[in-house]
Amino acid sequence: MFFKQLFYYLIFPGFLFASVVGLLAGWVDRKVSARIQYRVGPPWYQNFVDIIKLFGKEIITPPGRAFTFLFAPLMGIVSSTIVASFLGLVLLNSQSIFFADLIIVIYLLTVPAISLIIGASASANPLASIGVSREIKMVLGYELPFILSLAIVIIKAGSLRLADIINYQLLNGSLALSWSGAIGLIVAFLCIQAKLGFVPFDAPEADQEIMCGTLIEYSGLPLAIFRLTRFILLYTLPLFLIIIFLSGDIKLTSLGIKFLLILVAIILVKNTNPRLRIDQAIRFFWKILTPLAVLGVILAFLGK
Amino acid sequence: MSHKVIIPIGPYHPLQEEPEFFRLYVEGEKVVDIDIVIGYNHRGIEELAEDKHYDQVTFLVERICGICSSSHPFAFVLAVEDLLKTQVPERAHYIRMIVDELQRLHSHLLWLGLAGHFIGYNTVWMWAWRYREPVLDLFEQISGNRNNYAMMKVGGVRRDIKPEDLPTIKKQIDKLIPVLDMFKGAITDDPVIKARLKGVGVLTREQVLDFGALGPTARASGVDIDVRRDEPYAMYSSIKWSVITQKDGDVFAKTMVRILEMYESINIIRQCLVKMKKGPIDANVTDLIPGEGIGRVEAPRGECFHYIKSDGTNRPVRHKIRAPSFMNVATNKVSCVGGTISDAAITLGAVDPCYCCTERTAVIAKTTNTKIMNGWDLIKLCQEKTHKLLHKLEK
Repeated sequence: MFFKQLFYYLIFPGFLFASVVGLLAGWVDRKVSARIQYRVGPPWYQNFVDIIKLFGKEIITPPGRAFTFLFAPLMGIVSSTIVASFLGLVLLNSQSIFFADLIIVIYLLTVPAISLIIGASASANPLASIGVSREIKMVLGYELPFILSLAIVIIKAGSLRLADIINYQLLNGSLALSWSGAIGLIVAFLCIQAKLGFVPFDAPEADQEIMCGTLIEYSGLPLAIFRLTRFILLYTLPLFLIIIFLSGDIKLTSLGIKFLLILVAIILVKNTNPRLRIDQAIRFFWKILTPLAVLGVILAFLGK
Repeated sequence: MSHKVIIPIGPYHPLQEEPEFFRLYVEGEKVVDIDIVIGYNHRGIEELAEDKHYDQVTFLVERICGICSSSHPFAFVLAVEDLLKTQVPERAHYIRMIVDELQRLHSHLLWLGLAGHFIGYNTVWMWAWRYREPVLDLFEQISGNRNNYAMMKVGGVRRDIKPEDLPTIKKQIDKLIPVLDMFKGAITDDPVIKARLKGVGVLTREQVLDFGALGPTARASGVDIDVRRDEPYAMYSSIKWSVITQKDGDVFAKTMVRILEMYESINIIRQCLVKMKKGPIDANVTDLIPGEGIGRVEAPRGECFHYIKSDGTNRPVRHKIRAPSFMNVATNKVSCVGGTISDAAITLGAVDPCYCCTERTAVIAKTTNTKIMNGWDLIKLCQEKTHKLLHKLEK
């Protein structure tokens, strides 16, 4: 039993599988971006090579704060891997591991951002501190509409269990086909863009302004882990979106097609927008997306 | 938060790969003050120019800047011709103008791309640079080089534009019109770009006049100056075109000025191609006289100024250069303050700064007790550190 759990967590559908799919999704991101920008783009194994290269580089730690500095990336990757294995198992068995796993997933999806905040704070770099303050504002900005958009699903499906949500949609068709579900999908999609730290919501890492902000002091293995976390999220978050809003059909091919479509949509948004200033981003989340999500919740109550 | 934090941009700019140093004093995200430190790129070009004869100086000043690599030699040959009162053949004038306006096209497209990159819009960056390629190809066809064209010569131009090249030039610049329409439309219609550029880094008309800012930076604030019209050189007086100005003085206005100026450049090139008659391209200057001369050229970034003093020998006794960025970079002192760090990145870039053009000499006024190190001090510091490390290893 223990080894089975370990296998789930480490190999499939956990760490190894999520990393490989995530790195490949990252390649799709780079390739599609490159084609949009009239460039050639890297070969498919580029992300693997990049990560492996970082493994071999020197690890520089800030004196006296090495533990927090090195612990933070681990926190991020562990939580994102747990989410990946949760979602994979739910899709495989169509039954939840325990009650209210949706709440756990919501929590765990916030942890990568928190780990970035903790790690960057430990580096005590002025640019990193600006990045941290932006990241905190960004988390405050996108969590509210994100959770509201999930509330739509909870109301519709009447359950906090991922498996119930999937089963509800298998019976009644994808939630995104209803009015409230469509609104929820749009809101959650934009929040995911921010969770991934992609343009237009990449102010915490703006390399043109604060030189990668939160990540500025990281090098070698910890940097590789942060990057890997981002790649695992690039696999997990679209999958989460599919489970929540689009799981009317969970055959492998349709899952793959939906995943690619969401991925390409993310990449298109990323490549057709400039970066929003942090105040503009928060205004967008609170003044546009939150009312929209509230509207979705009201519609869900009305049964639309 | 009233705690002041210093955010360094430089000494190597994260984007422009040029050495300069902006010290932003920030409270939270807000920029409250800025120190501008330049002088990392002094190459002693004026001194070098005084050691070379006039034909060599043309090549030397071409290498002041990679982007306005026709404006500097253009201003230099104008200065020498002003000294000698040379009558330059008409065809040479038109060729110079074509090269200079093509250079404006490529420089503005380059800036447009960089501006996109500054606000994190990499697609604009790549697209603008993609459409800049045909212009560089034209240069290669005309002069054999994508940059550093070596077209200018005292008394004329070094090589003719071949008649068989003319249709290609016309075709390529015609192709640029829909591209410019696309960029203009994209920038005026996109609400997100507007949100990032409108009202950011505002320079008022008075501030522009105070700082003596030049070129698109000044024209975006409603200051109607352009050397090409105010003191026409070459054949600009025989061509119909207009000076583009905008009122707002923000980054958006600066972008629009540059985009609209590209239309004017295309317009000028078209007229030059029609008006250019067959004829000599060189006045064959042989003798030099003592005296002084100045040359002023409207470079893509503003007025480029060259002064020459001659004693009748084949070398200038004094050669003074003033590039437009020297005046424009200083305006960041007012345009950045009050904005956020995000705005600072694009505002600093909006004057299209060119540090290698700017840097003639640096005077360091010592007001604090911090030690100012020169090159030798830094080398000594490095050597000391190496020694310390060696000692550690030996133990």
